[in-house]
Amino acid sequence: MNEPDKNILVIGVGNLYRCDDAVGIHIARNLSTRKTGNFQVIEQSGEGTSLMESWKNNDCVFIIDAVSSGASPGTIHRLDATNPIPSKFFSCSTHNFGVAEAIELGRTLNQLPKHLHLYGIEGKVFEPGEILSPELSSAVTEVTDELFNYMNSTS
Amino acid sequence: MKDDEVVDVKLKIFEPPRFFEGFLRGRDFKEAPDITARICGICPVAYQMSAVHAMENALGIKMDPQLRELRRLLYCGEWIESHTLHIYMLHAPDFLGYQDAIQMAKDHREVVERGLKLKKAGNDIVSFIGGREIHPINVRVGGFYKLFSKQEFEPLKETLKWARDAALETVRWAAQLPFPDFEQDYEFVSLSHPDEYPFNEGRIVSNRGLDIDNSEYEEHFQEIHVEHSNALHSVIKDRGPYFVGPMARYNLNFDKLSKLAQEAALETGLGKECLNPFKSIITRSVEVLYACDEAIRVIESYEKPEQPFINAEPKASKGFSCTEAPRGSLYHHYELDEEGKILEAKIVPPTSQNQKTIENDLRMFVPEHIELSQEKLTWQCEQAIRNYDPCISCATHFLKLDIERT
Repeated sequence: MNEPDKNILVIGVGNLYRCDDAVGIHIARNLSTRKTGNFQVIEQSGEGTSLMESWKNNDCVFIIDAVSSGASPGTIHRLDATNPIPSKFFSCSTHNFGVAEAIELGRTLNQLPKHLHLYGIEGKVFEPGEILSPELSSAVTEVTDELFNYMNSTS
Repeated sequence: MKDDEVVDVKLKIFEPPRFFEGFLRGRDFKEAPDITARICGICPVAYQMSAVHAMENALGIKMDPQLRELRRLLYCGEWIESHTLHIYMLHAPDFLGYQDAIQMAKDHREVVERGLKLKKAGNDIVSFIGGREIHPINVRVGGFYKLFSKQEFEPLKETLKWARDAALETVRWAAQLPFPDFEQDYEFVSLSHPDEYPFNEGRIVSNRGLDIDNSEYEEHFQEIHVEHSNALHSVIKDRGPYFVGPMARYNLNFDKLSKLAQEAALETGLGKECLNPFKSIITRSVEVLYACDEAIRVIESYEKPEQPFINAEPKASKGFSCTEAPRGSLYHHYELDEEGKILEAKIVPPTSQNQKTIENDLRMFVPEHIELSQEKLTWQCEQAIRNYDPCISCATHFLKLDIERT
């Protein structure tokens, strides 16, 4: 197997113990076990400044995270971060400096990767627990396949 | 509100029920540090530290002095990370009149960049000793899985020397922010140790005479369920609310700070005691400076221990530990059976300890500023809440200000 290409990075964001919040981590792990292409996969909690640090040396970054925007559970939001992230994806928490905040601060400080794609998967349950809602399972397969195919077509 | 008078203020935090305590029951004692570390993405080290110390207390393990020093170093990393994130990304924009750090960065680019780099120095400590950045995996009951040679710490030491200078600048910068005049009479609670600023060990003390061993915690503190919030409120029995975190530690342990941190604090005019919660941003900055200074001291005096851990034999037992998470005291209590399976677990996080005090601050603050617009008042209330850095990362919408006028 070739060494992973450090320029393509997939970041699965979430907390494994908060049900649907873990969807990004599940997809990242699926990709890690199936991967044959040249890319790196890492997991992050979603704390924004650490995210900014993690994508620093990459040209092409995919972030996969759970979102709660009011759409039906399992909806896949595909965002290209060359445009501003809509405010409904911000964490709305005064405590949290999350994914959307990290992207916008990165934009202000000229610290965004050349290509940054965000997959937001609409979650339903964010309470403590380890079970993913069934409504999200087809989204998990679809995003895993899409990224897997993309990686293999570029390697 | 009744007429123009504030009758009551309630802070509604919908913290999840005690899922993790239930989740721990039946697990092996060795699993507690890694499971509890998942509770919080911002302060996993604190959860690991309270868990391992409680287990070691239960199993009668006396920590090797060098391993103990390494744990202090790891905790320094988490304080630097968590405090710096709070100071620069969450609290400073309030003082300077910005909606958030993104807006602030447009006018204060260098300040935000300094904050990001300083936070990274904390990350570097945690990811080096902890084995990785998110949810460190190198901590175990009895010590660590892997140790490092003295030489391996050299790059970290250089980073920390820069960080110490940046932390000193941070103290000076934080001290010149505009502060509302809002001094209150609090009962401050923190650990206190005869020889050191507290991280992992000490008696639980207060400025009103409390002085107890960790094992006596539940005799003196009580968690009360309140209807308007899922979070439990913690109070001192027969006395009421109390205050934990950087300002409490600073007030109760000023003389244990390093010389550099003491001098920097006094130079700003802060004094040895601070009663204005808005100035907690200064005490938090002083603690970042202390943590950088302390981390360098630990690295310079480090000698690699012979064994990475002390073996822990399970037995039927009870263990207690309180350690100082960045936000304040974090209490763990476990009961184990003879095979080391967890029978009972109790965890009291800093946020539930401060929650009653936060409400009281709002109760005092709102009447004095009720003439402000709803938008401005919401902003200032959020700033007042952020004085405490409450951990509510699970909340999707944080502060919704409802003023019921009758």
